[in-house]
Amino acid sequence: MKLFKDLLRDYKFAWGFWIMCMMVAFACLSFFAPYDPTLWGVVPRDMRPSAEYWLGTDSNGQDIFWMATFAVRNSLVIALIAGLVSRVIAVTVGMVAGYLGGKSDRVLMFVSDSMLVIPLFLMIVMLAMLVRDSMNIVTLGLLLAIFGWAWDARLIRSQILSLREREFTKTAVLSGVGTMRLVLNEYMPYSTPLIFSTLINNMAWAIGLEITLAVLGLIDLSVPTLGTMLYWAINYQAVLLQRWWWVLTPIILSILIFVALYWLSVGISEYLDPRRRIQRVGAG
Amino acid sequence: MFIRRYLIPRLIQYVLVIFLGITVVFIIPRMLPNDPVMRTIQELRARGSSLEPGSMDKIIADLTEMYGLGGSPLEQYGAFWQRLFRGDFGVSFFQFPTPVGKLIAIALPWTAGLLLTTTTLAWVIGNIAGAFAGYYANKGWSRSLDAVVMVIRPLPYYIFAFTLLLLFAYFIRWFPVSGGSGIGRQPTFTLPYIQDVLWHSFLPALSILILGMAVWFQTMKLVVQSVVGESYVQYAKLGGVKESTIVTRYVIRNAMLPQITGLALSLGLIFSGALITEIVFSYPGLGSLLFNSIITGDYNLIMGITIFSIVALTTITLIIDLLYPLFDPRIRYT
Repeated sequence: MKLFKDLLRDYKFAWGFWIMCMMVAFACLSFFAPYDPTLWGVVPRDMRPSAEYWLGTDSNGQDIFWMATFAVRNSLVIALIAGLVSRVIAVTVGMVAGYLGGKSDRVLMFVSDSMLVIPLFLMIVMLAMLVRDSMNIVTLGLLLAIFGWAWDARLIRSQILSLREREFTKTAVLSGVGTMRLVLNEYMPYSTPLIFSTLINNMAWAIGLEITLAVLGLIDLSVPTLGTMLYWAINYQAVLLQRWWWVLTPIILSILIFVALYWLSVGISEYLDPRRRIQRVGAG
Repeated sequence: MFIRRYLIPRLIQYVLVIFLGITVVFIIPRMLPNDPVMRTIQELRARGSSLEPGSMDKIIADLTEMYGLGGSPLEQYGAFWQRLFRGDFGVSFFQFPTPVGKLIAIALPWTAGLLLTTTTLAWVIGNIAGAFAGYYANKGWSRSLDAVVMVIRPLPYYIFAFTLLLLFAYFIRWFPVSGGSGIGRQPTFTLPYIQDVLWHSFLPALSILILGMAVWFQTMKLVVQSVVGESYVQYAKLGGVKESTIVTRYVIRNAMLPQITGLALSLGLIFSGALITEIVFSYPGLGSLLFNSIITGDYNLIMGITIFSIVALTTITLIIDLLYPLFDPRIRYT
């Protein structure tokens, strides 16, 4: 709790935190939605924003405000699945490679380096095309998780490498603490903030890819996500027909989410190490 | 020493990455329950083309041959490599019978030109701006630049490119909405044509450039901020060396090194980003080719693009890695 209070003193972390709280609250509104998001034509089509339809309606006959609550919820769920599952892989790989060193380190780092060099986006597209029929929120999350761990495993490994050289490791090993206990009890507390900050970055990356895949038509387009909302808006030429309320809703919501997540992670990294913020290369 | 300690392991890694990457590309379509041949036929049917029962067997046989699906998995794998070594990626299904290799060759100059200019410019400008912003970290302009970067940096390529498209092609109609040159223009080496291409490439280039610059700016700024505290910089300052000399000669040169490694590591992301940006602007490079192949379900074309990209990217990364000792006198592997 003290750590959290310290973090909130940083304006970036505070802004990121409150924007994300708002987004989660917005997503929770979907449980009270008066319309079913999978049905079309529940409201008149192409209405401008008004007192009755706060953000207007789209060409599928859906209320954009309520659709957006579902979209944010689903996108966040995809990001959480992708983030949490890939954290398990990244932490395992990073800790094993960092702590054991030697051959296992070389093999694991070879695998993660290869994943950084190869254009993963194309691999994901290839896989997504083939599983398009069975693509739902969970499979998409898992698909992104398989590819999203390499960079973070490297970061965790380098932290474990430096922890391994510390005095307390020798003390622990010499006093007979087992490897598992050493890693889980002694290293985990040090690594938790780093793991958390990579989790946030990874979630942003997952949402970015979800949007891209959706716009390419590679995910189930009947499930409302930020990406599929944008897909339908583009598909119905909402830009040319100047239906700004429709196009801009998913764009502005996703920009808010990306900036908020980024500021959260920058807040945590600066707290960890003000001199050298450790960050992911980009959101893809 | 250099050859044994560095070059050979690095070359082995290079070959292994390509080998594994292409093997994965080979396995992906085969490990899934649905048969790509039947899938293609279903898609043809969904598109409304009527197939006569007699021609069905012929089409199935042709498709099996085309996807390289005849024989045991091991035989398929062997045949797959043989074809690759001949530079044969098969034929595109929806632009039948154009070879995939030819389609890639047409699209490649567009992507290569776009990527080469933007990546180099982004790296150079971003690093120089970042170095000065890091050296003068307390000045007002440095802080405001940092604030702008803090908002742009987290945006994914698709969202950023689309926002630029909305702003500069729809709201303010400064630039064309799509394409690589005016419709129906033949590529010639004349000034109007080159102007036309540059005008069409401006927005896609700008969006890749700005996103790239944001990344380099930020990392460079942090590196420089930590280098500035080092004693050799203090010493140069106290010795009365001009500040511009300190920044350009001492600080930037030392801080540049991690940025070269960073460039090698992030090429994959930059490349993917460029493909996505091309899709947004319908720029006629590999990205749009990929988009068309997704829309039409042209699996051979996607495989071709992926394999080509794996080889190209790993090769460029290898070259950057091998050139690294030229920039860093401490690593000469002697």
